[in-house]
Amino acid sequence: MDSSSLLSIVTFVYGFAALLYIISWIFNKELPGKTATWVTIAGVAGNTAGIIMRWFESYQVGYGHAPFSNMYESLIFFAWTIAVVYLVLEFQYKNRVLGAFVVTLVFFTIAYASLSPNISSRIQPLIPALKSNWLIAHVITCFLGYAGFAIAFGMSILYLIKKDGGPGESRMLSLVPEQEALDEMIHQMVMFGFFFLSIGIITGAVWANSAWGRYWGWDPKETWSLVTWFIYAMLLHARLVRGWHGKRIAIISIIGFMAVIFTYFGVNYLPGLHSYG
Amino acid sequence: MGKKPTSSGLFTELRIFFISIKLTVFILITLAATSIIGTLIPQNKSDESYIHEYGNFLYRIFKAINIFDMYHSWWFQFLIILLAVNIIVCSIDRLAAIWKIIFIKIPVFKISRFHKLKDKEAFSSKRSPDALIDIYEKLIARRFAYHTVEKTDNGFCIFAEKGRWTRLGVYIVHSSIVLLLAGSLIGSFLGFEGYVNIPEGSAKNVIFLRNTMVPHELDFSIQCDDFNVSFYETGAPKEFRSSLTIIENGTPVRKKDIIVNDPLRYNGVNIFQSNYGADTPKEIVLAIFSNSSSMEYKKTVRIGEKIDLPEGMGELVINNFMNNYKFKGHAIGQSFFGSITSDKGETQNIVLPVQYPQFDKMRRGNAYISVADFKHSYYTGLQVTKDPGVPVVYTGFILMILGCFVTFFMSHQSICVEVMKKGKTSSVIVSGIANKNKPGMRIKVKKILQQLEKTG
Repeated sequence: MDSSSLLSIVTFVYGFAALLYIISWIFNKELPGKTATWVTIAGVAGNTAGIIMRWFESYQVGYGHAPFSNMYESLIFFAWTIAVVYLVLEFQYKNRVLGAFVVTLVFFTIAYASLSPNISSRIQPLIPALKSNWLIAHVITCFLGYAGFAIAFGMSILYLIKKDGGPGESRMLSLVPEQEALDEMIHQMVMFGFFFLSIGIITGAVWANSAWGRYWGWDPKETWSLVTWFIYAMLLHARLVRGWHGKRIAIISIIGFMAVIFTYFGVNYLPGLHSYG
Repeated sequence: MGKKPTSSGLFTELRIFFISIKLTVFILITLAATSIIGTLIPQNKSDESYIHEYGNFLYRIFKAINIFDMYHSWWFQFLIILLAVNIIVCSIDRLAAIWKIIFIKIPVFKISRFHKLKDKEAFSSKRSPDALIDIYEKLIARRFAYHTVEKTDNGFCIFAEKGRWTRLGVYIVHSSIVLLLAGSLIGSFLGFEGYVNIPEGSAKNVIFLRNTMVPHELDFSIQCDDFNVSFYETGAPKEFRSSLTIIENGTPVRKKDIIVNDPLRYNGVNIFQSNYGADTPKEIVLAIFSNSSSMEYKKTVRIGEKIDLPEGMGELVINNFMNNYKFKGHAIGQSFFGSITSDKGETQNIVLPVQYPQFDKMRRGNAYISVADFKHSYYTGLQVTKDPGVPVVYTGFILMILGCFVTFFMSHQSICVEVMKKGKTSSVIVSGIANKNKPGMRIKVKKILQQLEKTG
């Protein structure tokens, strides 16, 4: 079995986990919830194995590079980072409602990679510009950042549908963490994302300087990552200095994630150095 | 009202303008929104292509407000300077306010602040406060940088704190941004960035600056001794390698092979492998396969000179070469072009792709021709840059990472352990304050309580 067929199986594992999270939320049952966690762990294990196998396979075909070089590989890694960060959060906060959103997002990400006809899972040789040790540091930090923002996005949506709580609240919504706790978790995740996005941009700049002699070139991907950085910087300032909370922060966090998505996918339709993914 | 603004009044007004967080948010939104423009409208293209794309009217408007080089336009630079001033003024203002709090010699604790907290953890110990005081003090001292014990009427109170300095984190981040902007200013005034193409075996000391293409003379010349390119089986380039020698005042001073991602640095000037191209070779060897006699002939041909083909098949001239020829939309790589004139005076154009020896069969002539051999003659495309601002920018990068870490993941934490005598036993109350991450502090307070409970 090769890595891409293993990763196709992982897609369905994540899909099953997402389904279990949703079932456990709707019917408020412990067993599907617990199972969902274990299935997600199995998915992460398979996902990890897939990435490592792919790394080996690239050496077998003679190209020999870390599996972070095209859209397929980056999506697979994106799914992995979101799933891992989510599991850590679930372990910390002991709440599985978020899984219904986040693991579904993981499923869509990896399904898009595995099933979309536009995305080739073939292992391709590395173009000269990508041959650098900075590649690994750059990709890992950027995607940890994206994962933080993705989870903050899921929480922000939960925050908006949760409303005020109160006695008239439906049973499903009563399982969602309190708004105050969600607000704090969004903040934590945004800080996590911002920290890694900053390192991601910095490692990219250092790499660009060692490859092309300029640390910043206003390439569309660079510019969009900076736009994303500005949006989240605004969120942090609005919260820490102006004391903004709740709904307004949730909305900025959703806008910020739109910018992340555009930085990730949309920019590939604009000309620039990051056309490889 | 009605007062004339004095110089200090103006100063105060300016200060108030620049310390407003509204200004920060306004600048951040404007920077984010305008940065997008430059990703939608390609930058630094030729005037003709812009007129073609947007029409004359829009072209003039865009040109007038520098949209085609917007990241270097006066208004974008103005926004960046405004952001820098905003950051500096805000930081100084706030730092002045909290300076005394951060650099206090002996921290002051008020028990009332801890009493007001909602989240307090408590348990009762079987021992008396006198028996607990030393054990508890040791335990707290291990976890906190500073602690003090105060005796109360019926017991004692331990106050402790750590991470007071972490309140500086945000100013580290702000100073890092100022450094980044300062570094980029240094680079734009004292640095340059340009390109040069050097054929194998020759040397150059003049480069052409990016965008403007103004020639710029270097203090030394760069000689390309050799250039090699290797390909993957798929045909994609694998590695470009140039062997360079730096020549200063006629003597070679440095030699290095450079590849993409591994430049040569000399006297603050960086030389990067950027691209390459092949010059037209001077002569090539052709293989001519005659259909009627099934004979194969090898002929050496100089570019642009006519030769007679064997078996009276006419005259051949090769007069052109392309690095990457596209045939019906397919890139077929390096190709030679020429024509064959038969005895009857009919002329046929021929295309000879180096990678496809059978290609000429499609012409259906009485012979087909392929390229048997030719000596590649490459030029290497180098990017030459100098940026004395880089060390400042890199310092900014390091400070930003450190500052973000301190700001986001560390906090100033204070704790109060209050022990009161209740008959023969003691009641112990633990409460804590943190300037950030309050849920994390709650967990920490619980952990400390558990530890205290274990010891008695």
